[in-house]
Amino acid sequence: MLDLRGKAATGDRAFRWIALGAAALVLLVLALIALVMTSRALPVLSEMGLDFFTSTRWSAPDRLFGALPFIWGTLYTAAIALAIAVPVSLGVALFVTQVAPRWLKKPMVYLIDLLAVVPSVVFGLWGVLVLSQHFGLGRSFLTAGIILAVMITPIITSLAREVIETTPPSDKEAALALGATRWEMITAAVLPHSKGGLVGAVMLGLGRAMGETIAAALVIGSALGQITPNPFAPGNSMPAVIANEWGEADELHKSALIALAVTLFIITIIVNLIATAIVQRSARRSGGKSS
Amino acid sequence: MSDPMIGRLPLDLRRRRSWRSTKSELMSVLMLIAVIAVLIPLVAVLWSVISRGAGVMLQGFPDFFTSEIPVVSRRAGPGMGPAILGTLLSTGGATLIAVPLGILGAVFLHEYGGTSKFAKLVRFMTTVMTGVPSIVMGLFVYLTWTMRFGYSAFGGALALACLMLPVVIVSTEQMLRLVPANLREAAYALGTSKSRTILTVVLPAALPGIVSGSLLAVARAAGETAPLLFAVGAATAYNPHLFTQANTSLSLQIFNNATSSFVAAQDRAWGAALSLMILTFGVTLIARTFTARFALKR
Repeated sequence: MLDLRGKAATGDRAFRWIALGAAALVLLVLALIALVMTSRALPVLSEMGLDFFTSTRWSAPDRLFGALPFIWGTLYTAAIALAIAVPVSLGVALFVTQVAPRWLKKPMVYLIDLLAVVPSVVFGLWGVLVLSQHFGLGRSFLTAGIILAVMITPIITSLAREVIETTPPSDKEAALALGATRWEMITAAVLPHSKGGLVGAVMLGLGRAMGETIAAALVIGSALGQITPNPFAPGNSMPAVIANEWGEADELHKSALIALAVTLFIITIIVNLIATAIVQRSARRSGGKSS
Repeated sequence: MSDPMIGRLPLDLRRRRSWRSTKSELMSVLMLIAVIAVLIPLVAVLWSVISRGAGVMLQGFPDFFTSEIPVVSRRAGPGMGPAILGTLLSTGGATLIAVPLGILGAVFLHEYGGTSKFAKLVRFMTTVMTGVPSIVMGLFVYLTWTMRFGYSAFGGALALACLMLPVVIVSTEQMLRLVPANLREAAYALGTSKSRTILTVVLPAALPGIVSGSLLAVARAAGETAPLLFAVGAATAYNPHLFTQANTSLSLQIFNNATSSFVAAQDRAWGAALSLMILTFGVTLIARTFTARFALKR
């Protein structure tokens, strides 16, 4: 009988276990993050109860921690960012895939991807020393929203581009053969086909905008207790509060900041999961060409 | 026009052609405006960073890259040497941790796990992990590492490694998928064991793509600030030790100096920004050349 298992199998099995360990590390780290963060957030949650999420007063000396203004700031700046970034990204993705001549496509994709390489702290620096000072915006929700929009545009654009490129040429040609103009071809063939994937791309951009810390911390204005729809008012967002207040925080204050981080963590994960599910479903429907 | 389908079709060709083509051209112009709208901030940021950073960086060259950071921030003059070293230490440390582990994890997912329940769970959790905000990673490392062992570049490396790990896993698994199955089968037919096949056939075949994906993760990590905020500390002098004492980084220096009211500190922030962008753009460029070479081979 031929037996090829012998000695080699030991090393083989060892390698398999090492690889398995590395893969399991992801589960371990995530479990640790959830465990450590939640346990550290408990003191403030037991002191404040549900008021932590509904109260608008955040004052460390009074031991009052109401996170609602920061939740508002996070959602509001992310909404401003999406309102700017979505039409722009969609326009760019359509231009690159449907309008631009072939030779222009590659350099344009390259330039837009360059925007994704600029570190967020550099955007923050530009926002605080150039945008907020020379354009009269000050440090406000709007300034933070604009900076976030600039940061998520390359992400949404590149995902949208990939989704749009999976449109079957036959669909587009059918529309054109019927005498449709380019825009009619886009609305009749490209957009209906890519709808799911585009929504997913936008959601991923939203997740990124809500978790972005440094740029927001620099330009949002760090005002306490502001729940206002006025985009020119200074405000604060969850990650920005954590970054700005951690240094001077005592124990309960730190616990409150960790509770903020947990809240942020949960919101971004939910948004990301919905986004991934939508992207994967639409990828499967379009023959799995996008990923 | 009694056909009931016509109203519901997304394509309505009844209007006059001239208006329709005008509308189409109008939309193309709007798209072009969107492209310009994206390029404006890119050009504006690059212009600000280069015009305000280059002067500081080149004044008394190479002082900016070698001198220590002035302790009194209103004092004019160069000095980002310790920050450059700190960035290299924490990013380098993170690379040494995350890249081998990430590649191994991806090898497990693609070569062993396949569609098993465990592999599916890990794949799902990897996606979850890519969405964790970087500030959460920073707090996590503070609570588990920095509270016990104090500030160090290694704390920063741990936080950055947490960010890089899922990115490396995802990009490596994509590259492993591109390796043709007949390469593996040829190796098995020669009697090679599975681990040897992976190490000597599969990984070398996917190497350019893996290197490119990892380098992109490194470029992202080098520019990160939030994970370092609570783990690295605020040194102004050189600290070549990875595991002990407070360190600093280019990104932390930009963050701290950006809100300073002293022009000298702001100038150093712009200089640090230019240095950091040269670093991240450089690494990205190297990654791109690897991708280009890989594409040629396929």
